[in-house]
Amino acid sequence: MMLHSVLFYMFALFMLGAAVGVVFSRNPVHSVMFLVLTFFQSALLWLLAEAEFLAIVLVLVYVGAVMVLFLFVVMMLDVNIEAAKRGIARYAWVSISIALLMAIELIQLIWLRNQGVASTGGFASTPEGYSNTKALGAVLYTEHVYAFEIAAVILLLAIIAAITLTMRKRPGLKVQDIAAQVAVRAKDRVRVVKMAAEKKQ
Amino acid sequence: MTNLMPQALANWIDWGLGVFYSLPEWIQYLTITTWKILFVMIAVILIVAFSTYFERKVIGSMQGRVGPNRVGPSGLGQPFADVIKLLIKEVIVPSQSNKFLFIVAPLLSLIPALATWAVIPLNNWYVIADINAGLLYVLALTSVGVYGVILAGWAANSKYALLGAMRSAAQIVAYEIAMGFALVGVVMAGGSLNLGDLVTSQAGGVSNWFLLPLFPLFVVYWISGVAETNRAPFDVAEGESEIVAGFHVEYSGVAFAVFFLAEYANMVLISTLTAIFFLGGWASPFEGWTFLNDISWLAWLTVGGLPWLFAKMCMFMYTFFWFRATFPRYRYDQIMRLGWKIFIPITIIWIGVEGAMAWFQIGPWSGLGA
Repeated sequence: MMLHSVLFYMFALFMLGAAVGVVFSRNPVHSVMFLVLTFFQSALLWLLAEAEFLAIVLVLVYVGAVMVLFLFVVMMLDVNIEAAKRGIARYAWVSISIALLMAIELIQLIWLRNQGVASTGGFASTPEGYSNTKALGAVLYTEHVYAFEIAAVILLLAIIAAITLTMRKRPGLKVQDIAAQVAVRAKDRVRVVKMAAEKKQ
Repeated sequence: MTNLMPQALANWIDWGLGVFYSLPEWIQYLTITTWKILFVMIAVILIVAFSTYFERKVIGSMQGRVGPNRVGPSGLGQPFADVIKLLIKEVIVPSQSNKFLFIVAPLLSLIPALATWAVIPLNNWYVIADINAGLLYVLALTSVGVYGVILAGWAANSKYALLGAMRSAAQIVAYEIAMGFALVGVVMAGGSLNLGDLVTSQAGGVSNWFLLPLFPLFVVYWISGVAETNRAPFDVAEGESEIVAGFHVEYSGVAFAVFFLAEYANMVLISTLTAIFFLGGWASPFEGWTFLNDISWLAWLTVGGLPWLFAKMCMFMYTFFWFRATFPRYRYDQIMRLGWKIFIPITIIWIGVEGAMAWFQIGPWSGLGA
């Protein structure tokens, strides 16, 4: 249990440090890499809570796919630091109010904990051989099937909306018809001509 | 056994074992695991070293050349000569580059390639970490490897390197989806995310391997694997003819050697994984052929183990070299088309077919689902 707490505080400390790094890095690419580190540390925290499926999926989806695309965009954009700084003042009230809201919620949680209200009951340790992948699958496709399906449909809508927004017909676009290319046969391209041989002298 | 070696040596071994077993349990565990990790790492690095040699030999023979033949007997010392040459070369860090990320990038591509070996079963007892969600762990780590390539391309502050990084990022993200879907089929057939369980569910000879019933998924997984490792014909991230050497154009010396090591370690990894998912891993192809047991000098063929996994891995490594010697490089838009418009639909359809077969109790999965 001792080792468990040491590990928890170590990962939590690294996570907070990385999160601070996201905000205070001058270079946007460094910010993205700090965010990747934050995701990694929170995945480790979930592993400590024996939620190995969620932990690995967090790495797989967020670190492996979402952040790669994020990095891609940040590298391409070449963010102008000066312009971003001028924006800070304009959006300050939004960010401050969100931060305040979160702080209030956290303080409430800690206050409730002190009042002796058990909000979650902590992490019950699971029996040997328990697979939370299997357990999650069993609940996701039975009890929560509507929420699951609705989330899937919303994501699908988002994909379709993004594609329709960016895909527009441009004049003069050269596109290959792959089916036509595959269907081509030698006789469409080459004509074999039968000729009489040259007359002998 | 004891009379074969001197009494003094036997005493020493007994004494050593006694000391070892008297240590606290966690120290024993730590020692054994460390040795397991060391053994796997050294084996992987040696395989990588010799596969660079065999690649040049194989491609050489396909193109009617001899290949390396100067260092050592028939050139077998060539990989070591190459490594020593790279080690004593200067590492040049471009002056306008991002120094930290430039140095870290090669490591970021090597670490996932080596860390994945933790969950790979080499035979029925040798696996460093036998975890339940092993297959997810493999997927997660292979998807992290792309950071090395992207950061290398960006940190070098070179146009060619950035172009290579962009190409590779889009390509890897695209093929990862097809790869993941192909593995969903494997998980459905094997009924587990644990790699050891997947191998044991394929026990019973060639006919029980997932190769035949999941053939479309096998083809998709293997080709996506080739694309994921940035090997020919999908090596647009390097693309010598148009962007010099792509993401590692600014790298030299050891830093370049680490990229090289990572690329080949990834090839070995993908070969081994394909063998585990579709060719029964360490299981013998002749398992259950009882008539082989009656012939004394062929009986070993039916016993599974590391040699079988190694043989299957070598077969896939050979096809890597074969592809490189045979196919011209894909055009970039055709790579994207293949990944998104062909592979993903194929995998989705085959997962549907597999599910329907399991539901209606047809064919190889009549025992599954329902």
